[in-house]
Amino acid sequence: MKAGSNLEKVLESGKFAVTAEIGPPQSANPEPLEHHAKMMKGFADAFNLTDNQTAVVRLSSIASAVIIMRESVEPVIQMTCRDRNRIALQSDLLGASALGVKNVLCLTGDHQTFGNEKGAKNVFDFDSVVELQVFDALRREGRQVGGEVIKDPPKVYLGCAENPFATPYEFRVSRLAKKVAAGADFCQTQAIFDMNMFEKWMDEVRARGLDKKVHILAGVIPMKSAGAARYMKNKVPGMIVPNEIVDRMKNAKDAKEEGVKLCVEQIEHLKAVKGVHGVHIMAVAWEEIVPKVAELAGLLPRPKSE
Amino acid sequence: MADRRPKVVGFCCERHAMDAVVLSARTGEQVDVSVRLVQVPCTGRVDGLHLLKAFEEGADAVFVLGCLEKNCYYDTGSIEGRKRVNYVKQMLSEAGIEKERLEMFNAASTNTWAFPDAVSRMVDIARKLGPIGGGERQ
Amino acid sequence: MIVAKRKPLNEIADMVAPYKKVAVIGCRSCVAICLAGGEKEVKMTVSALKVKNKKEGRRQEFEALVVERQCEKEFVKEVEDKILSSDLVLSMACSLGAQTIGDMYPDHLCFPGLNTGFFGVPEEQGVWSEKCVGCGNCIIHTTGGICPISRCAKSMLNGPCGGSSNRKCEVNLDIDCAWAAIYDRLKLQNRLDLIESITPAKDWSASHAGGRRVYVREDARLTPHQKKGREAVQ
Repeated sequence: MKAGSNLEKVLESGKFAVTAEIGPPQSANPEPLEHHAKMMKGFADAFNLTDNQTAVVRLSSIASAVIIMRESVEPVIQMTCRDRNRIALQSDLLGASALGVKNVLCLTGDHQTFGNEKGAKNVFDFDSVVELQVFDALRREGRQVGGEVIKDPPKVYLGCAENPFATPYEFRVSRLAKKVAAGADFCQTQAIFDMNMFEKWMDEVRARGLDKKVHILAGVIPMKSAGAARYMKNKVPGMIVPNEIVDRMKNAKDAKEEGVKLCVEQIEHLKAVKGVHGVHIMAVAWEEIVPKVAELAGLLPRPKSE
Repeated sequence: MADRRPKVVGFCCERHAMDAVVLSARTGEQVDVSVRLVQVPCTGRVDGLHLLKAFEEGADAVFVLGCLEKNCYYDTGSIEGRKRVNYVKQMLSEAGIEKERLEMFNAASTNTWAFPDAVSRMVDIARKLGPIGGGERQ
Repeated sequence: MIVAKRKPLNEIADMVAPYKKVAVIGCRSCVAICLAGGEKEVKMTVSALKVKNKKEGRRQEFEALVVERQCEKEFVKEVEDKILSSDLVLSMACSLGAQTIGDMYPDHLCFPGLNTGFFGVPEEQGVWSEKCVGCGNCIIHTTGGICPISRCAKSMLNGPCGGSSNRKCEVNLDIDCAWAAIYDRLKLQNRLDLIESITPAKDWSASHAGGRRVYVREDARLTPHQKKGREAVQ
């Protein structure tokens, strides 16, 4: 065991894992986090806490992690390279580990022009691949990127994200291979709506044996409305939403119900894809729906962690 | 006696635009305005600096009259002219000067109405806005 | 070359407003090529400022000047009398030219007429694009001759981010994704093996991150003795 997290235990024991996402609030109020933790507890193995996603200032992911751990819920902290240089990234990893955080997702980060602080100076000292490589060396050998070897290295389970739907497509499996070589233990994908395309990507992943080296958690997003489908299709960079899905949401009598149904079907489909070791449910601003999706998709009960 | 008429400067190409000017003159119609025509080989030769200088030297309104864009004697000359006019319009707005004081027009040789039209539009603008910096025309 | 852009005229006008006699000095090098601060731009700026002053009833004297390369003292020296007889210099060179004048005549005011943008190239007539950030440690031999540090919005060194659609950058859909371009170039060069080798943490100390940089070629420098000799000749 690298970190001994619940997520690690589920994945390493070969069980099908479930992770979900909790967006920290745009405030100093811990209550929404406590509320979501209580509500979703037991419906997923670990919960991602986004790191100022889309570059919008939010309660920090590490602080959020500590808040949900008080509710006995396991966090995966997201750490982007946008806002922190190598000094801050390594320092925050040590701090997070000391606070009991065991899962870390390494991301390059959304560009600040998408957020609410467009005048910010970005950092990008690292990209996600380098972040993984540095964190891996730090956990395994206690070696900082500058060469100094520290006592009591952090014990963390390292994840990455990958988007099979962003261009250049030819690069996408290579990019996963790099992240695996850099030390990723698990990989959460971008939300999947185009199953054919995802399966083609998985074929290539399996052909290269990458599914044996990294646990792939397929990303899904339950949609609330046809507007959400259209928004993701047209506005979210690097996302592919086929027309038939937009139409299905548009023609549904009850869009919310249809969104849940669609998501459950997608999870059923993904469970059968060889090499997929779990799902990652990103119910953006609709966290309440996660228990229902998990239940209907037959993902319950979650394995008990001792 | 002081000339209190609006001062308008027009840059006209010596091809289709001047043909149109001459043709309109033959109609015998008279207008009591002060328009100084600057004949240029092609409106593509009109530099942004020429346009600004005209304002600097006292013009209330300036226009450029060139060939039709799809039938320019020098192929793309009047397109170049329009781009320069647009750039100087932008400079004028940055400087807080009404960009309507500057316009580009196009004419075919046979358009007898084109020149009087351009003049009357620019005279209207000049009358409406008055001299740059205000006050009576000296 | 250094690519710059004229400041908006109202901003320039506000900046120079308190000064009676303004020497507007352009540069015939990079900023002339990018149509920001060459002879014509200097003259047009002066002309537009005069028209603005006429409108606002302000009296100011402007002189339009241009030097060969404003970042070199020798060329600035040629207009020294004009600089010293003005109340203010408005430099229409890049910030390097403006700072050269400032360093040469520290008790004289020199304000910037341009916003200096980036190291770039003329892509086509009227278009200039950034291609280098001066990181001090070039790596383009590993990226098909395309710099990802300047051409990727996130300066990614190990491939494209997840936001690229239709091979365009998520930050500006008019701009090609640098890593799509790198992929194509490496493929053309039969060097695709390079995309899977990890570029480790970059040492940014050779960039501005390491502090202000000064490069010295000892063999090209003048000895104190030589300097004395030159001064004597001048």
